[in-house]
Amino acid sequence: MESGSGSDFGSDFGSGGGGGGKLDPGLIMEQVKVQIAVANAQELLQRMTDKCFRKCIGKPGGALDNSEQKCIAMCMDRYMDAWNTVSRAYNSRLQRERANM
Amino acid sequence: RSRRGSAGNTGGTGSSGSGMDAPSAAGLGGADPQLQRFIEVETQKQRFQQLVHQMTELCWEKCMDKPGPKLDSRAETCFVNCVERFIDTSQFILNRLEQTQKSKSAFSESLSD
Repeated sequence: MESGSGSDFGSDFGSGGGGGGKLDPGLIMEQVKVQIAVANAQELLQRMTDKCFRKCIGKPGGALDNSEQKCIAMCMDRYMDAWNTVSRAYNSRLQRERANM
Repeated sequence: RSRRGSAGNTGGTGSSGSGMDAPSAAGLGGADPQLQRFIEVETQKQRFQQLVHQMTELCWEKCMDKPGPKLDSRAETCFVNCVERFIDTSQFILNRLEQTQKSKSAFSESLSD
């Protein structure tokens, strides 16, 4: 994850929107949404890697052995399950709070 | 139930609907109300996402032993409880902070004569 990730976005600004430097807000919004989705995916991957490394790798050897790879694969799926469960639970809670207000 | 400290405000997810807790998006979207609205909505969505990331990480530590072939029902219940208790904790902290600040200012007012 590079810190200067705005640079791609910036270069798209110039080429989009046709002539006269007119910026299409619809185009901007779409590009922003993509950037946000990418950032979220990166965040998820980073945390997943951290957690699964902790769970599955004991003393680091010269390579990932079969059991470690299996563990990582399962861990990835479980982490996604956990993420989805948390997302649903949080959403429910928010809706309940709004209903109570 | 009082609005302050509701789940909408915990962890900066913003109040429901209008996104009033967000810093004004006027400067960001410029004069375009469509862009402004878009920024408000996306900001709120992002707050939600960030909290899900954070809670997943925390609750994983508490609820997951060894990753198995599927998420068993005990672990699933643990995750749900974990989310609820995290938000309760956040609300508790906000409410108590508000209370202790109120009592502090009453105390210092009576001293400053």
